[in-house]
Amino acid sequence: MSDRDDDIINERSDEKPDAEEAGTGRRGFLAGMAGLVGASMLASCTWQEFFQQQFTRMTNKEIQETVDRLKAEYRAKYGMDFVVGTEAPIDATLYAYALDIQRCIGCRRCVYGCVQENNLSRDPQIQYIRVLKFRDGNMDLEQSTIYYDPEEVPEKGYYYMPVQCQHCANAPCTKVCPVRATWTEPDGIVVVDYNWCIGCRYCMAACPYMGRWFNYTDPKVPTDQLNPVTHYLGNRPRMRNVVEKCTFCIQRVRVGKYPMCVEVCPVGARKFGNLLDPDSEINRIIQTKRVFRLKEELNTQPKFYYFFAT
Amino acid sequence: MEKSGFIFQAGRRLAVGPPVYYGWVGLLLVLAAIGVTAYTQQLRVGLIATGMTNYVSWGFYIGNFTFLVGVAAAAVLLIIPAYLYDFGPIKDIVIVGEALAVSAILMCMMFVTADLGRPDRIWHLIPGLGILNIPRSLLGWDIVVLNGYLLLNLLIPGYILWNSYNDKPVNMKFILPFILLSIPWAVSIHTVTAFIYNGLAARPFWNASILAPRFLASAFCSGPALVILLYQIVRKYTKFHVTDAALFKIAEMIAAAMAINLFLLGAEFFKELYSDTHHLAPLVYLYAGLHGKAMLVPWIWTAFAFNVAAFVIFIIPATRKSFVTLNLGCVLIIVGIWIEKGIGLIVPGFIPAPLGEVWEYVPTGVELLVTMGIWSIGLLVLTLILKIIIPIETGEMTRTSGVM
Repeated sequence: MSDRDDDIINERSDEKPDAEEAGTGRRGFLAGMAGLVGASMLASCTWQEFFQQQFTRMTNKEIQETVDRLKAEYRAKYGMDFVVGTEAPIDATLYAYALDIQRCIGCRRCVYGCVQENNLSRDPQIQYIRVLKFRDGNMDLEQSTIYYDPEEVPEKGYYYMPVQCQHCANAPCTKVCPVRATWTEPDGIVVVDYNWCIGCRYCMAACPYMGRWFNYTDPKVPTDQLNPVTHYLGNRPRMRNVVEKCTFCIQRVRVGKYPMCVEVCPVGARKFGNLLDPDSEINRIIQTKRVFRLKEELNTQPKFYYFFAT
Repeated sequence: MEKSGFIFQAGRRLAVGPPVYYGWVGLLLVLAAIGVTAYTQQLRVGLIATGMTNYVSWGFYIGNFTFLVGVAAAAVLLIIPAYLYDFGPIKDIVIVGEALAVSAILMCMMFVTADLGRPDRIWHLIPGLGILNIPRSLLGWDIVVLNGYLLLNLLIPGYILWNSYNDKPVNMKFILPFILLSIPWAVSIHTVTAFIYNGLAARPFWNASILAPRFLASAFCSGPALVILLYQIVRKYTKFHVTDAALFKIAEMIAAAMAINLFLLGAEFFKELYSDTHHLAPLVYLYAGLHGKAMLVPWIWTAFAFNVAAFVIFIIPATRKSFVTLNLGCVLIIVGIWIEKGIGLIVPGFIPAPLGEVWEYVPTGVELLVTMGIWSIGLLVLTLILKIIIPIETGEMTRTSGVM
């Protein structure tokens, strides 16, 4: 950053050598300010990154510049080429999810598939999906556990309920954000602009599903396990001290694929589709099966349904 | 020329003082420097330097912030009896209350900034340049009311004292509307701060409509208790005169506020215990421990004991009017409310977590040092403000006094 600055300053003084003396004080001040801001960020951060606007307020040109900058940054950091997609929502699409609670065996392949696909930090560990284990006949969250490690799942006498971001239609998390760094996209996906989040964590306090995670330090992903196919609002490598969350694998669903957790589920308990398509599988499930939503009494209106297939 | 006269005099006032002044300022500077060092450590490694986690995502910083908003609000609410009922003895001391409010608000802002993951992006909050998400976000509202309150509390004493310095009469027609505005505004800062937590259905511990009234009641205890202590220090070291009657009057107000505070606490206890729903869990965690985790239990019972003891001291005229017990009561209240409206309010909101897990929170050394640093900077600001405004208030420092 300071190199760039020096270049700009040298350029100016070449043009107007006689103004040199008068400008020194101000230049010194500017350089000092630059140093101060730089020191306070303590991370590689360009002016362009610093003054970058919120995603929905950027022009197409600005988005392209940002994507190019990010690609260069990732190339330098990880030594590989990344795709940073900015695919827009598909018209007439509103995504919803359904999970067959009867079929889930608690194997957590969805958890690890998600970690791998979305470049989630391995240390400290971040996992967008928590699989709750309940004793049969009980649905008290306080008596459930996410810590189980048997030889084999499913365990007799227990059932499992994976919980992740519920992509609420009436989302409490987006409402509270003081800078609108998180919002619901037209296709129903709740996203975060990692470069706009100020890290106040109000959204985490507001979420009734523990759907949001904070990188308390630089996320660590082994380079050989990175997924280079990303989306700007999705699984691109994140920075520290900002919030992140499940995006229904925005990088996959906006190009017509299923979310990774749907794809890896070995028992087909996870269903995903378009609510606005009357013939979609998700609509058929909602209309013909017994479904419920988690914490319905909070009126968050999740687009994430639990159902019983039989 | 004229302005430099004021600056010269003010500078001299700040530079000259008794040894105890130098010692105090020196101590605060050292503690502030330690706090700043700890903060740079936090900037270097990230918020992992704190004890906060994905389970308890707010902690000591936000607790201190909440307590200090109450102090800032209550320091000014002393204006109500002073102006509306024209109670002379308190009227004299309003200006110092406003100085306390200004320092408290500055500390609030520092605590929130310390809690931010990305302080380098704070400009995102500036409307136009960035996005301030009002009216939807209560945090957005809080930024508006806190900044407005800071401006009001700079304007009012600033105007009165500037006139006093220039030996000019105060134009009450100009300043009275601002004074009257500052009363509801003081209520608003603590109400909006309560609403930050209150509005979250995900956190049943905060999602009770009694929260904002409780905030105000407890603020009416801690703020004035600080004012009582502050005034005794001020009148000991300066020519500023505060009557005992004014201090006792404030103590009487505290007794009433503490009665309301304890009553509201009782109402909350009844509702949660009698209905005995899942929403009881955070209260059980706080006062008795949950699943064998009971870190906050000794703290909250200390707060409870301190608040009740102070209430007894302040309700009995004999102990209220003896400075030994009065000061003891003030200290008990400040510590009691600091626990109750700080860590005792913020942390149980997150325990148990919305999916039932119980993860406790302990502040780290970095958090404690940063907190100490912010308090030191706040007290330093307060000391320096008082060093200038009290001589103006007493008439020792005027435009003409500068001509020597």
